[in-house]
Formats: sequence, structure tokens, C-alpha cells
Amino acid sequence: MASQPAAADTEVPEIGPAPTRRNEGAVAWAFSTPALLFLALFLVLPFVLAIVFSFTNARLISPLPTRFVGVDNYVSVLTSPTFWRGLLNNTIFVVVVVPVQTALALGLAILVNRKMPGRTIFRTIYFLPVVTVMAAAATIWVLLFNPNGLINAVMETITFGAFAPDWLNSTTWALPAVMIVSVWQGVGFQMIILLAALQDVPDTLYEAAAIDGATPWQQFTNVTLPGIRNGLIFVITVTTIFAFRLFDQVYLMPQSPGGPLNATRTMMLEMVETGFNRQAIGVGSAIAVVFFLIVLTITIVQRRFVKEEGQV
Amino acid sequence: MSTGTVTIPASSDSDDAAARRRKRLVNIGLWVVMVAMAVFFLFPLVFMFVSSFKPDDAVLSGSGSLSAFIPSPFVGFENYADAIERASVIRVFFNSVLISSVIVGGGLIVNSLFGYALARLRFRGKGLLVASIVALIIIPFEALAVPLLFMGAEVGMLDTYIIQILPFVANPLFVYLFYTFFLDIPIELEEAARVDGAGPVRTFVSVIAPLAKPVYATMAILGFLFSWGQFLWPVMVTRGIEVRPLPLGIGTFQTTPPIQWGDIMAYAAMMTLPLLIVFLVFQRYFVQGVASSGVKG
Repeated sequence: MASQPAAADTEVPEIGPAPTRRNEGAVAWAFSTPALLFLALFLVLPFVLAIVFSFTNARLISPLPTRFVGVDNYVSVLTSPTFWRGLLNNTIFVVVVVPVQTALALGLAILVNRKMPGRTIFRTIYFLPVVTVMAAAATIWVLLFNPNGLINAVMETITFGAFAPDWLNSTTWALPAVMIVSVWQGVGFQMIILLAALQDVPDTLYEAAAIDGATPWQQFTNVTLPGIRNGLIFVITVTTIFAFRLFDQVYLMPQSPGGPLNATRTMMLEMVETGFNRQAIGVGSAIAVVFFLIVLTITIVQRRFVKEEGQV
Repeated sequence: MSTGTVTIPASSDSDDAAARRRKRLVNIGLWVVMVAMAVFFLFPLVFMFVSSFKPDDAVLSGSGSLSAFIPSPFVGFENYADAIERASVIRVFFNSVLISSVIVGGGLIVNSLFGYALARLRFRGKGLLVASIVALIIIPFEALAVPLLFMGAEVGMLDTYIIQILPFVANPLFVYLFYTFFLDIPIELEEAARVDGAGPVRTFVSVIAPLAKPVYATMAILGFLFSWGQFLWPVMVTRGIEVRPLPLGIGTFQTTPPIQWGDIMAYAAMMTLPLLIVFLVFQRYFVQGVASSGVKG
């Protein structure tokens, strides 16, 4: 957000001919109106509706009139075991995937940032999964995770046959399988963001550190990490938010969405099944609001950290 | 640049040689790590392409050994022909192209115009609008899906292209990225155009937009990346294959066993290839797009 507020009121010097000046307000609104209309209709309105519906018994197709039901929907969401199971899975996903994916993204960014032959090719390869459609990726990995598949062939070789679960039919290993696919598909995106951050750290800082006799590790902790702090915070935030949006993989990979036995159920799956499959718009909206509040909290925490950085 | 490339000044020749040897070892080690990571990211894609040329039973039986990466027995494009017929690939492919192009094309126009107005034109309420755009960025689409579904049903728009397109045309993140780009363009260019008697519209069309071509390319590719793989929304608002996009077609194959893995892999390959090709051709813009989406943080 660094450049945004200061620039908002940058004024154009008054040099044009008078008619142009008078025009400017009208032109500005003409330029802005299409986007504003779309945003009002498809972003602001549904957002307001989500909040309103969450307090009503709205249904997708219903002969009965919609009426206000207070916090009933929230009570039913917050007392639903499947909702909590979904939230728990999202939380486990965050706790495991966010550190792993961030560290891996940073490692890859540092690797492809080194002046080594072929680094562009490696960067391209690491980014390829990002441009792989998730529906395709999920399907490929279903085959790789089958009990006699490639993953287990590797696992059996490494562990001498001790570890070869039926990944997607196991209540223990289905979620880790989803995590592996998610990291595989998503880490390249974060790598590029961290790579851009790394390249913004001035070389002179490393040179100064080297002259002071700092070891590579000291350079990493004292120059690199503080230098890319905002990039890291952004990556951690986005990865956390993505973890709460988890849907495609858990819909496609298990034999039935969210299975086996809710082992891969997520909040988004719960929302789609409630709002769409069961057509309970009111309850589905309540889940959407809870989801938004989680995302909002994460964003506020992120902004706080970034602000501190700005004050130093 | 990176931590490893800085060498510590050494005092004697033998120290120097030792340091060089150690550095070479480190480099070889890192090289091995890079290759190992490349294998991790590549093997599922290679597996997909190889499997798409094998008969169904060979895909499954060979999936647990190195033969998974050898296209033998080889059936040519048989799986592709099967998949195209079974999943009406031509239809869903056309749907995907249509939906993505309208979202991207329409988005480029409305988002860039709005971004330009916010960055450069003077009008009342501008400051408030900029603040609102920044606030809107954090609303995830998923939080809007249920009420949007309701709205679509109310106006009888389910199972149409329109409902898959309209919600994604205007995008506050893209407005913001255009806005920050236009702020960085030197104001002298517009002043020069203004002195020449060009109004704001002419200035935008003939001076600013051509200058912003790389940004348009970046936004187009980022928009394409976001819209091509869309899954949750089409699942909610479409039923038949008539208007469904590519990713949903994969469900056609999830039938009773024996599952036709060769066809599935061919379908996955056809779904992945367009984006892969666009990426390899316009890689620079991809990288810029992703990096710029991070700058906003």
C-alpha cells in the first residue's frame, strides 16, 4: 500500500485550455461508471445481500415468503459438527501448509535468484504447476496417489515397504495428500513474489555485510529477511487466505467431495453444499459471512505488521 | 545479489584455493537441489502427457514404476479422439475460450478506464473511490457466491454464459494495479498532449493506452490465469455441458469402473495445454503480473 494514499490527490497542473478543464469531471465519470456499475452490482450488492440473507430463512426456490430469523442461521452453523470439522481441516491446512509453502517458496526464490546457468529454465519449471488448471492437477494426482501408484512406489522404496497408505481413502492421509497437491500447484506463485522482493534488496547491503565479515547465514538473517519482510508478510497472508478458500481439490480428489468421512471437508465445501445442494441460501450466507470475517481478520493482522515496518 | 554469491576476502593463496573449492562444492550441491525440485514440479505433468498416449489399462498398471514415464504401449491420439467425443471437448473448449475472452477483454477496458480516471483526472469523490477500491480488494469472491447464485436464479440467468462472465469483468485488484501504473507515467506526456489541444479522451486513447501496452498484456495474462481454471462458480450455476467450461468436463469421466484413465489424461492435457503455451510464449508478462499482484501488499 506504500504509494497509494499520497498519490491519490496528486493534482494535474492547470495548463490546458479552459473547455478541456470543464470537461474533465464529466469525462472522469464516464470513464469510471462502467467499472463502478459492475462493482456495485456484482460485488457490493451481493456482499450486502450475504449479510442480509444470513439473518433470514431465504431459500433458492421456495413458495414461502422470506422472513427474518435473527441469528438462527449463525446458531445452526456454529452448532453444526460438519462446519467445525471443515474449519478444523482448514486450520490444520493453515498450520502445515503456510510455513511449509512459504519456506519452500523462499528457498526456490533464493535458488533461482543466484547467478547460475539455467536459472531462467528452473524458474519456468517451478512455475509450470501454477498454470496447470487445478481440475487437471487434482486428477493427475489422484492417479499418482492410488495405492499402487507412483507416490507409493517411491514411499515403499524409501521406507522399505513400511509406509504405503491408500492416501485418498484414508481418513489420516487424505488431507495430507490434498496439502501436497496444493503446495505443488501454488508454491511457484509465491516464489515469483519473493523473487521480486529479493531483487529489490540493494546489493550494497550485502557488500557492506560482507566487508563487516558477516557469514552467509548472518547475511540471510540480517539483510535478506528484513529486506523482504513485506513480501514475506504478503505471501503468508495470501497463503493463509487461500487455505480458507480450499475447494477444488477437496471436491475432485476424494471419491466423494470432502471424504472419506469428512476428512477433507472444508468451510467452502460446506458453504457450497448448504447454499447450492441444499439450496439454503440463508445458512449458506451465514457461512460466507463467517468466512469473510476470518479473511478480514487475517488482512487486518497483516496490515498491522506492514505498518510497523513502515514506521521503522 | 543472493547470499551465496558474495565471497569473503581471503588472506592467502591457499585459503583462496580452499574457498574456491568449497564454493564449487556448494554450487554443485545447490545444483542437485535445483534439479531435484525441477523433477518434483515436472513429473506429474510428464506423467500426464505420457499417460495420455497409452491404453487405459496400461496407464493404471504402469503407474507404480518407471514405465509410467514411457509411452508404451503407444496408442497415438486415440485417447484424445475418445475424450473429444465423450466429453464434447469442442463445445466446452469453445465455452471456456468465450467466457475467458469476454472477461479478460471487457475487464481490460473497464478496469483501465477507471484506473486512469482515479490516477489522473480531477473529479469530486476521487479520494473516497480510491479508498473503496482498496477496501473491496479484500472481499473474496467465495463470500459472494451464495447471494450471487440467488440473484442469478431470481433473474433466470442460471445455465447461461452471462452469469459466468459478468461477476468477473470489473476487478478491484486490476483497477488498483492500473491505477498505480498510471500514477507512475510521467505527467509531462499528458501535458504535451493537452497543449496540443487533445482532450482527456484523446489523450488516453492516443498517448496513454499505447504506452501502457505491457501493462495491458500483463493484466490480460493474469486475468486469463484467474478465469481459465474457474471451478467453484460454474459448479454452482451450470448444469448441462451446453455452457459449462473445460474444467467441469473432467466430471464426465468419473463414472463407474473401469475408469478410462487414458481418456482422462488426454482430457487433462487438452485442458492444460492452452495455458501452458500462452505461459511459455508470454512468460515475461506472467512473471511481471504475479510480481505486481504482490506489490500491492
